[in-house]
Amino acid sequence: MAYFFQQLLNALQLGSIYALIALGYTMVYGILTMINFAHGDLFMVGAFFCFLLAVYLKLSFVPTLLLSMLGVACLGVIIERLAYKPLRTAPRVSAIITALGVGLFLENFTLALSPYPKHIPPLLKNVTWTVGELSISSLQVLVIVLSLGLMLILDFVVWRTKAGMAMRAISWDKTIVPLMGVSVNKIISLTFAIGTGLGGAAGVLYSLAYPVIDPYMGIMVGWKAFICAVVGGIGNVRGAMIGGFILGAVEILVAAFFPSTYRDFVAFTLLLVLLILKPYGILGRPQPQKV
Amino acid sequence: MSANGILLSVACLSVSYDSIRAVDDISFDVARGEIVTLIGANGAGKSSILRAVSGLIPYTGGITYEGRDLKNIAADRIVGLGIAHVPEGRGIFGNLTVLENLKLAAWRRKDKIKIKADLEHVFTLFPRLRERGRQQGGMLSGGEQQMLAVGRALMSDAQLLLLDEPSMGLSPVLVREIFKIILEINRAGKTVLLVEQNAHLSLQIASRGYVLETGRIVLSGTGRELTGNPRVKEAYLGG
Repeated sequence: MAYFFQQLLNALQLGSIYALIALGYTMVYGILTMINFAHGDLFMVGAFFCFLLAVYLKLSFVPTLLLSMLGVACLGVIIERLAYKPLRTAPRVSAIITALGVGLFLENFTLALSPYPKHIPPLLKNVTWTVGELSISSLQVLVIVLSLGLMLILDFVVWRTKAGMAMRAISWDKTIVPLMGVSVNKIISLTFAIGTGLGGAAGVLYSLAYPVIDPYMGIMVGWKAFICAVVGGIGNVRGAMIGGFILGAVEILVAAFFPSTYRDFVAFTLLLVLLILKPYGILGRPQPQKV
Repeated sequence: MSANGILLSVACLSVSYDSIRAVDDISFDVARGEIVTLIGANGAGKSSILRAVSGLIPYTGGITYEGRDLKNIAADRIVGLGIAHVPEGRGIFGNLTVLENLKLAAWRRKDKIKIKADLEHVFTLFPRLRERGRQQGGMLSGGEQQMLAVGRALMSDAQLLLLDEPSMGLSPVLVREIFKIILEINRAGKTVLLVEQNAHLSLQIASRGYVLETGRIVLSGTGRELTGNPRVKEAYLGG
C-alpha cells in the first residue's frame, strides 16, 4: 500500500508538469484554433533559461523561476507576432507547418549554443520526510504545490477576470470581439504570454525534478502534453489539467507494476481507447457550427 | 464639433469584396438625435456600410464621426469614440453568460458607477435579461438574443447605435417590441442608424431614410415621404 501511495505521489509530480504544459496547447487552440507545435520546445527553452540563470547568474530558485517564466512568455509573444500572426487568415495547415518550423528552429538554435546535455545544479535544499513507510521529498511537494497554485491562478484568470472573459469571447467568435471595444491582438498576445509562461514554469520544475536537460527534451514531453490537452478536451482549460494528471498517473503506475518498457505503450493505448469512447475529450464538447 | 449637429458623415463610400463592388460611391449624413434608416433588398450593401463605419472592413471614401476621420482607427477604438455596432445575426457570445456579454461590452469604460447604472437601465428596458443573467448567451431565444445585443450596445455608452436587421428571424410581435424599444432609446438621446429589410416599420420610426439598390442610393427622404413614394410602396412595402 505504501508503495502505491509512493507511486501516486510520483504520478502527481509528473502529472502536474504535463498539466502545466498542456495548458499552453489548449489556451492557444481555444483562442486561435491552432496547435502551437513549438510549445514543447518553449518548455525546453524554459529549462535552459533555468540553467543559464542558475549557473551563470547564480540566482536562487524564486528569481530563476520568475525570470524563466517571463523570458519564455516574451519569446512566446514574439513568436506569435512574427511567425503566426501573418498566417492568421491562411489555411490552418500553413500555421501548423510554421509552428513545427519554429519548434525545429528553437531546438537547433539551442543545439548550436549548447551541443551537450547540461546538468542543473540543485537550486533548493532537498529534504526528505518519512511518514510511516512513505518518503516524501520537499522537491516533490514543491513541484506539486507550485503547479497546482499556477493552475488555480489561471483558472481564476480565465473564469473570473475581464481578460479571461475576453479570451472566452474570442474562442467563440473573434470577428465580433472588436465591436465590444476589445483589441483581439492584445488578448491573443496575453494568451500566448500566459500559456507559454506556464510552459516555461514547467521547464524549470521539470529540470529541478529530472536535472539533466538537452535541446531535444521538449519533443517527447511536448507530444505527451499535447495528447493530455486532447484527452481533456482541446480548448478546455480544466480538461488540460485533468488530462495531464491522467497521463502522469498512467505512466507512473504502469512503470510501477509492469516492466518499464511497457510504459509509453500502455499509456498511449489507454489514451487512444479514451479518445474512441470520448472523441472530443473528457470535458470537450462538439463545437456547434457557426455561420 | 460641427455646427449643424451632424454626428456621422459618410462621403463617397465604396466597399469592394474581391472584384465585386458592394457599396458604390455612397454619401449620407446622420444628425445628432435622429433615427436614419437604410432600406433595401438582401445584398444591396446595407450591412457593408455599417461594417465600414465600425472599422471592420477596408473602404475608400471618407467617414467622419463628430468631425473626426475614422479611416485609420481600429474597430476596437471606434467603439471607444461612441459608436456601437449591433451586427447582423446579433453576435452574442454563446459561451458567456448574459451578464458577461453585457459586461464585456463595457470593456473600454472606467466609470464603474455609471456602468452599474447602465446595467440597471438595460435590465429595466429588458426585464427578461435580468431573469436570465446567469444563463449562457447561447441558451437564449432569438428575441432575447436581440435584446441582449441592443443591451450590449447600451453598455458601451455609445452615442450612435448601428443596428443591422434587428427584426431578422423574429415574430411580428417581437419585432414591434424591439422597434418600440429602439424608439424609446432614441428618445432618451441616442442616435440610431438602422439597416432593415422590414421597410414598413423602420420608415415608421425613422426621421429620414435612404433606399439602396445594388450598392447605390436610389431614393432618400423623410420616413413619411418614403412611405408615400410609389416606387418604395411597390418594391418594399408590398404594393
